[in-house]
Amino acid sequence: MGSYILKRLLSAIPVILGITVIVFLIMSLIPGDPATAILGSYATPENVAKINKDLGLDKPMVARYFIWLGNMLTGDFGRSFSLNRPVIDEVLERFNATLILAGTSFVLCAILGILAGTISAARQYGFADKAITFTVLIGISVPSFFLGMMMILVFAVDLRWLPVSGMYAIYGGGDLPDLIRHLIMPATALAAVATGVVARLSRAAMLEVLRQDYIRTARAKGVPERRVIMGHALRAAMVSIIPVLGLQAGFVLSGAVYIEIVFQWPGIGRMLVDAILQRDILLVQGGVVFVAACYVLFNIAVDVAQSLLDPRIKT
Amino acid sequence: MNRFLKLLFRNRLAAMGFVVLGLILLAVILTPILPLQDPYTTELGARFKGPFEDGHILGTDHLGRDQLSRLLWGTQLSLMVGFAAALMAAAIGSTIGVIAGYFGGRVDNVIMRAVDIVMAFPYILLALAIVAALGPGLLNALIAIAAVNVPFFARNIRGIVVTLAGREFVDAARLSGMSNTRIIITEIVPNVLPVIVIAMSTTIGWMILETAGLSFLGLGSQPPQADLGSMLGEARAALITHPFTSVVPGVMIFLIVMSINLLGDGVRDALDPRLKSGALSRPLPVTTVKRDGPIPAETDDLLAVQDLHTQFHAGNRVFRAVGGVSLSVRPGECLGVIGESGSGKSVTALSITRLVASPPGIITGGAVRFQGRDMIGASYEDLRQIRGDKVAYIFQDPLSTLHPLYRIGEQLAEAIRVHHKVGKEDLRQRAIALLKDVRIPNAESRIDTYPHEMSGGMRQRVGIAMALANEPEVIIADEPTTALDVTVQAQILALLNDLRQEKGLAIVFITHDFGVVAQLCDRVAVMYAGRIVETGPTGQILDTPAHPYTKRLIACVPELGQGKRVLAAIPGLPPVVDDLPPGCAFAPRCDKAQPACSERDIPLAGQAPRAVRCIYPEEAV
Repeated sequence: MGSYILKRLLSAIPVILGITVIVFLIMSLIPGDPATAILGSYATPENVAKINKDLGLDKPMVARYFIWLGNMLTGDFGRSFSLNRPVIDEVLERFNATLILAGTSFVLCAILGILAGTISAARQYGFADKAITFTVLIGISVPSFFLGMMMILVFAVDLRWLPVSGMYAIYGGGDLPDLIRHLIMPATALAAVATGVVARLSRAAMLEVLRQDYIRTARAKGVPERRVIMGHALRAAMVSIIPVLGLQAGFVLSGAVYIEIVFQWPGIGRMLVDAILQRDILLVQGGVVFVAACYVLFNIAVDVAQSLLDPRIKT
Repeated sequence: MNRFLKLLFRNRLAAMGFVVLGLILLAVILTPILPLQDPYTTELGARFKGPFEDGHILGTDHLGRDQLSRLLWGTQLSLMVGFAAALMAAAIGSTIGVIAGYFGGRVDNVIMRAVDIVMAFPYILLALAIVAALGPGLLNALIAIAAVNVPFFARNIRGIVVTLAGREFVDAARLSGMSNTRIIITEIVPNVLPVIVIAMSTTIGWMILETAGLSFLGLGSQPPQADLGSMLGEARAALITHPFTSVVPGVMIFLIVMSINLLGDGVRDALDPRLKSGALSRPLPVTTVKRDGPIPAETDDLLAVQDLHTQFHAGNRVFRAVGGVSLSVRPGECLGVIGESGSGKSVTALSITRLVASPPGIITGGAVRFQGRDMIGASYEDLRQIRGDKVAYIFQDPLSTLHPLYRIGEQLAEAIRVHHKVGKEDLRQRAIALLKDVRIPNAESRIDTYPHEMSGGMRQRVGIAMALANEPEVIIADEPTTALDVTVQAQILALLNDLRQEKGLAIVFITHDFGVVAQLCDRVAVMYAGRIVETGPTGQILDTPAHPYTKRLIACVPELGQGKRVLAAIPGLPPVVDDLPPGCAFAPRCDKAQPACSERDIPLAGQAPRAVRCIYPEEAV
């Protein structure tokens, strides 16, 4: 197992390098002179030259890439000019908030989705199945940002159950219950689509598995039906559900951008949108590379989980 | 195509999606000629008018602009942008896929590595990076969304082209001296075009949603121009005071995405032929029972199948897989049930503890009595307690009948645990002992292996060990040796015979092979088209078969070393059991058939222990 994890980690290196190349190439598409973009059109030539030197823009492209890459490897992602602080500090702080939000949503979508899909399959064509299928259809069709807005209207404005936005109350907040109160709506809105997708897939996977001969064997052995479904069938279905969970992690991470805007959540998605509107390129670059690299590592964890579940995968 | 459309519209939800989407498209097409107010005319005195106020059907927004007009123009823009993004992603992605798939080798390698890396991004990060580089704007958002979807097309199309590129017609084109470009355009592209169109139709809803999302973030369409996303984004500032302005564009996005989803699901289902037969239904824990006739009286056999009827219902057709079968076994006895595939022998076996997949299976009549108790009418819990404990099964293919993800020790232990309270260490010892019983070498280490790590013969031994786990009274072996090679088959049969004598088991042995019956069974019942056509002691039936079908079936068995007999296949096929003619079901394939054979029902008659269902038997019994 250890050597398998190591092998997968090594295979991540070229992927992460590829990610830096792609980000670098995209950023080099920026029309015109980045210095002017940063300083505005009234920049003095001295300032432009200084910025160019600071950013290493006076060197050829390949050299610039390697300088950038080398700096990142030493933890130096550059300095955000709009926030006037090191990019890595801002990214780590913001990513932490995103991780709380997206992580909660991911756990929600995995648990609720698999549960709903399993019930749906076990009660195929029954009332529960129809109710779940219908809810799922609505869930995967509502844009998360619209769902978030409607939740604010209902649960924060009308019913006053939950805070409208933010991660902590401004006065007297900051503890875990406060965080949870702030987390409920954004995490739910963010999880909705992913839950629907997981539920659909789990239902299909369970239906497929329940028709297999080994399920008939379990029943012939006299295994109680609850154990047939939650044990034998679900375990086998997880083999096709887990890769989709890996995909959903990407969707949740992506959807977090919208939800962070709607709920004023101080996460990395909101940071990126602000940075784009401010043309703070180093912040965008650093944030994108950091999150993408984390996602690659997460997917390795998914692969490892898969190999733990399925002994047929060669490790 | 016609059948596809019919299937599509039989799906009510898909039809609903089609109608909603059609209405939206119609509205969008008519938008330029509808008598709408100008979407850009601001009127600060008329801000946030409610619906139907001052001639604004959907009210006005924060600048006093007519919402209906903005909604329709915005929808038009959103649909166009989404469609354009899908088209662009499809064109670029498919081109990449075709090139990678057609040329293969290093070209393919390099391209697919790059595609993998792009797919390693959470998609929106890449889109944001592109918008960051190009600057906010609707066209740039469109490019970004198209770009992140390129890998999806590239990967799918490559997969198809790789197989196409190896096909004969492409080789032929190459040999005829056509250039690569010409082959791609004239041979490859026409073949992948339908796939591209389907992939596009499944992603278009997604693209509409994503471009709307970027606009919502303020990175797409810039004011005053507005698509649905930026309408929603602008309205968000007044969400709490004037929610209606947010609801209008939000609901429209929802309707578009949902109708596309519904339609997409419908298309997928209509294209997937497995759904047509209802084969995707999952089987219930016990076969459904709908008995209307009288329940046969109790007998003193260990296990008795009495006038059993089992049917399969598929659409309007009813397949009478088992049409009134009666069998019985005593302790220590082995009964062979033999017949061709489709004769109903396996369904009979599975009906005994109600394991026939249901839907579509239904038990419609008769009884199965174990020690006098009727199992067809039993509750699930009663039946579960008999399954595996008193009546156990050995199935045909041990690779598919053992759970692939549990160690065999766990599967054996579970068989015991669900019926008896046994400690963990005891369970393990029992499991090892069982493996030894079925002559598996190194049982102590084998117990921790997975089914895929064993050979077919070893797996079948595990299957037998599992059936023996609770020392059942009856074992039903459903073609347990069919998937094995001949030497292993002989070992397994010898093993079953030993066990039967050691433990006094009753065995119902289902097979299509008279050779196997001769080795193991005391009595045999021959099935054809869901009914027993002949029954009696094995020796007598082998020596003097009475039913012409039995005789033909015996003639199918090759004899070792003698070579005197001609190996005779039975001409024709067994009948489909949804519309059986009256009389003998074998008559159409029988060379002794007379008109009388097909006139009326023929009873199973003869002097015990033999009986035959034939009016012109080979031998009088």
